[in-house]
Amino acid sequence: MTRATTAGTPSAGWTPDQPIVRLVDVHKAFGTFEVLKGISFDVRKGEVICIIGPSGSGKSTLIRCVNALVPVTAGTIQVEGITVTDPRLDKLALRRKVGMVFQQYNLFPHKTALQNVMMAPLHVLGQDRREVEARARALLAKVRLAGKEGAYPGELSGGQQQRVAIARSLAMRPDVMLFDEVTAALDPETVKEVLVTIRELAEEGMTCMLVTHEMNFARDVADHIYFTDRGVIVEHGPPATFFASAQDARTRRFLSQVL
Amino acid sequence: MIEAVQAWFQRLYETTGFNFTVFYDPYDWDRYVAGLRMTLLLALSTILASLVIGAVGALVQSGPSRLLRGLVNGFVVVFRNTPPLVQIFFFYFGLGTLLPDVRTADGLRAPILNNVQWAILSLSLFAGAFNVEIFRSGIEAVPKTTIEAAEALGYTRFKAYRHVVLPLALRVCLPALNNNLINLLKTTTLAYAIAVPETLYAVKQIWSESQNVLEMMLVLLVTYAFLVGVLVWIMHRWERALRIPGYGR
Repeated sequence: MTRATTAGTPSAGWTPDQPIVRLVDVHKAFGTFEVLKGISFDVRKGEVICIIGPSGSGKSTLIRCVNALVPVTAGTIQVEGITVTDPRLDKLALRRKVGMVFQQYNLFPHKTALQNVMMAPLHVLGQDRREVEARARALLAKVRLAGKEGAYPGELSGGQQQRVAIARSLAMRPDVMLFDEVTAALDPETVKEVLVTIRELAEEGMTCMLVTHEMNFARDVADHIYFTDRGVIVEHGPPATFFASAQDARTRRFLSQVL
Repeated sequence: MIEAVQAWFQRLYETTGFNFTVFYDPYDWDRYVAGLRMTLLLALSTILASLVIGAVGALVQSGPSRLLRGLVNGFVVVFRNTPPLVQIFFFYFGLGTLLPDVRTADGLRAPILNNVQWAILSLSLFAGAFNVEIFRSGIEAVPKTTIEAAEALGYTRFKAYRHVVLPLALRVCLPALNNNLINLLKTTTLAYAIAVPETLYAVKQIWSESQNVLEMMLVLLVTYAFLVGVLVWIMHRWERALRIPGYGR
């Protein structure tokens, strides 16, 4: 693991030239079953990384550890100097910096698209309603959903719901976005509209961590690709070298199946 | 207008023998209206109290304290597995006689709770036990992933409950809640057994003095059918107002 780092100084004093996300020897076990067996890597500000690998290799668990939805068993995770693995973690401070988009969208079904985007800034951050509404409308326009502000999630297609979910996450002005197989539940035609939105975000310099099965998209958008299998990173590298000349047998077998 | 109605029922009695005393005898009418008032008092207070009991109980049940969860479970078991009439008797004749009397302003001894208050208390607990289970079923129907999305946005447990879980849970459990509140409204007649002068009690008094059992029975049935109809109408309007376009279909 060439990018492995030693435990950095906890909290405070983070500067943008340091890795924005830093994982050091992360272990996670559910009962006796070890899902993650020592994962270490860094993500720099503005970088887009994709995590790929077979089902059950711990990709989703890994990404969910980054915003503390899943507590780790051992190891250290830091996000902008916040130690996620600290028992006294300020979850709100962390989740203001880290946005997350889920496979099943998970919108709030009793609220309109606009309200979904506005809720967290109002309820969690207590920001001014008018300012939040203006920002929410701008975000919906940005994900090409202008005109759908008043629609309820149940009235939107899967691709539209997922774009609302992206806008909802962006409304909290995160520095890092986590995408957990966000196109896995979508029709092939609607996958593209979501990927276009993510690509635009990446091009604007948003730091993105994606778990994905869209290999062409990963090749296109990622700065670095990690291949996980059975809880470890088997192989990683920039897409050009990763896809062209994977060394590990498991990686090559996986790529031959999905490409 | 009132005289015309009274005259019509008087003539009905003289020509056919159907004796609706409540509609021409002011004394019977007043007793009937007083009974109706008491029924409304019982129904409204027990509906409100049972909703509060249900909401608090369901929140405690999904909370972290094992002791509190056990207490709520025990409460639900006791009040759901025993007949409401037995509960009313237990409170009024059992507990009521154990509690010390108080002295009223004019120096008389009076029980701490009178029969109306005991009826409200015991009916609220009875319906509240069902409401705990109804609210819990609603809360459990909210997908964990939806709560997770709220957490990922920085919501605390309490805020996620208030803004996401409860609004969704309420929609899920409204039909079951309607049923229970309708049953509660009808169960207020059990207060008759401890001489609370509600509608059934008043109507019974009227028919035993005026010897018009069949007529007063009809009045009684129509009265409750109407009261339940109003409650159903209100609850359905509420359900419609909360309906989410495109959700759950």
